[in-house]
Amino acid sequence: MTAEVITITSGKGGVGKTTCAANIGAALALTGDKVVCIDGDIGLRNLDVVLGLENRIVYDLVDVVEGRCRLRQAMIKDKRIPEFYLIPAAQTRDKTAVSPNDMVELCDRLRPDFDWVVIDCPAGIERGFRNAMAPADQVVVVTNPEISAVRDADRIIGLIEAEEKGPAKLILNRVNFDMVKRGDMLSGDDVVDLLAIELIGVLPDDEQVLVSSNQGIPVVFNEKSKISKAFRNIAGRIKGEEVPFLNLEERNDLLGALGRIFRGSNAK
Amino acid sequence: MMSKVQIEIKGVQNSLMVVLGEGKWQDAENSLIERVNSQSGFFKGAKIVVDVGNRELSAFELGALRDHLADLEVTLGTVISTVERTKENARRFGLATRIPSSQSNLKKITPLSTEFEGEAAVMIHRTMRSGFRIAHPGHVTVIGDVNPGAEIIAGGNIVIWGRLRGLVHAGADGNYDSTVCALDMNPTQLRIADKIAVPPKRKKGEKVRPEIAMIINEQVVAETWNYKK
Repeated sequence: MTAEVITITSGKGGVGKTTCAANIGAALALTGDKVVCIDGDIGLRNLDVVLGLENRIVYDLVDVVEGRCRLRQAMIKDKRIPEFYLIPAAQTRDKTAVSPNDMVELCDRLRPDFDWVVIDCPAGIERGFRNAMAPADQVVVVTNPEISAVRDADRIIGLIEAEEKGPAKLILNRVNFDMVKRGDMLSGDDVVDLLAIELIGVLPDDEQVLVSSNQGIPVVFNEKSKISKAFRNIAGRIKGEEVPFLNLEERNDLLGALGRIFRGSNAK
Repeated sequence: MMSKVQIEIKGVQNSLMVVLGEGKWQDAENSLIERVNSQSGFFKGAKIVVDVGNRELSAFELGALRDHLADLEVTLGTVISTVERTKENARRFGLATRIPSSQSNLKKITPLSTEFEGEAAVMIHRTMRSGFRIAHPGHVTVIGDVNPGAEIIAGGNIVIWGRLRGLVHAGADGNYDSTVCALDMNPTQLRIADKIAVPPKRKKGEKVRPEIAMIINEQVVAETWNYKK
């Protein structure tokens, strides 16, 4: 087994990196793969909160790097899925406690035992970003359909290209399809047009995400919800499967179907 | 009875040089052939220089030496001698009579300058993303998009074969004749020399055409590119 390291990044804060890292990690583990998530946000950790594993932290990433514990001791096993682990970040230190080299070494130690290592990258383009980027095999950029987030994503994609980690893949989070329809929000096409990288997922703006994050249960566990399906599709695409995009914005009734037909013919 | 002639081998300017000692030419040649034969692994494929000293050799003798060496897969490239006659005969075989000096060769070849004065240019074949900045004293050509947050500063003209969304500054040294062209011109800000222009917001559904921006009457003006003009 040789794990592939996926770094989830965005540049801008608050676009949903941690939510994506938690749910994509869990979705990959739900397919039966062995997954470990690493919280790269030293000093401002919250992947543990979103996964509901906060109360089980004993050792963290910095303890491993500084040799105060064995790697296995810092890995918290999520009991809801067979092979899903979290390496939490330290809360009382800062980004300089770990170097890009430390991260490469850590991931190399994890590679033989796992299928996927998912790194939650902190916001910004400084040390924390470089730490998270150093071991990456695949980079996923999360952005929102707003100009400032897209601008930052563009900058980050440029930096990823400069580090020769590209081409990055894109997730567009928090899309309000009604607003897109009214022309008040950037659409997936608009964003892809500017960023010019492969889109692997569009996630709707859904209250359910916030609720489940607060409860510490990743939304992907709720198999009935559409957003859970969307996350599992993203996991499939990361694994290299051809998964068709969900019609999240379309109504599943006659009117919606008619609308699709007319729009299709107009486009030609 | 053949008597041995001393043979000295040294490396000179990336080639092997063989210096033949005192003795009759026939003996010297035989000794050389014998030596090459006994160390064929070392000599095979080499191009050698032979220093024959003060011997006067005929064209026939030099030709025979070259053929014998060729049989052993060694090329005779150069014959060095103090005798003018020998040198002349060697030249008739197309052999060099001096060790090529790599240094003097280099000096002769000076690369031709393909640049016209003040016409230096760079070409960027990629998308220029936010945070990417290029400043060049000459012209700048981009094949790809220039995204918002990217900057191009050029002493000369700027040509964008793609969408222009970032900041461009043509004629940054104060050249009023500089122009900016783009297939889809909608920059954050466009500067030519000391003039700054902010293009109007694009209307929805407005048709995109290649445009060229220049200074006309102290003002930056962008007009549709008309190839018939």
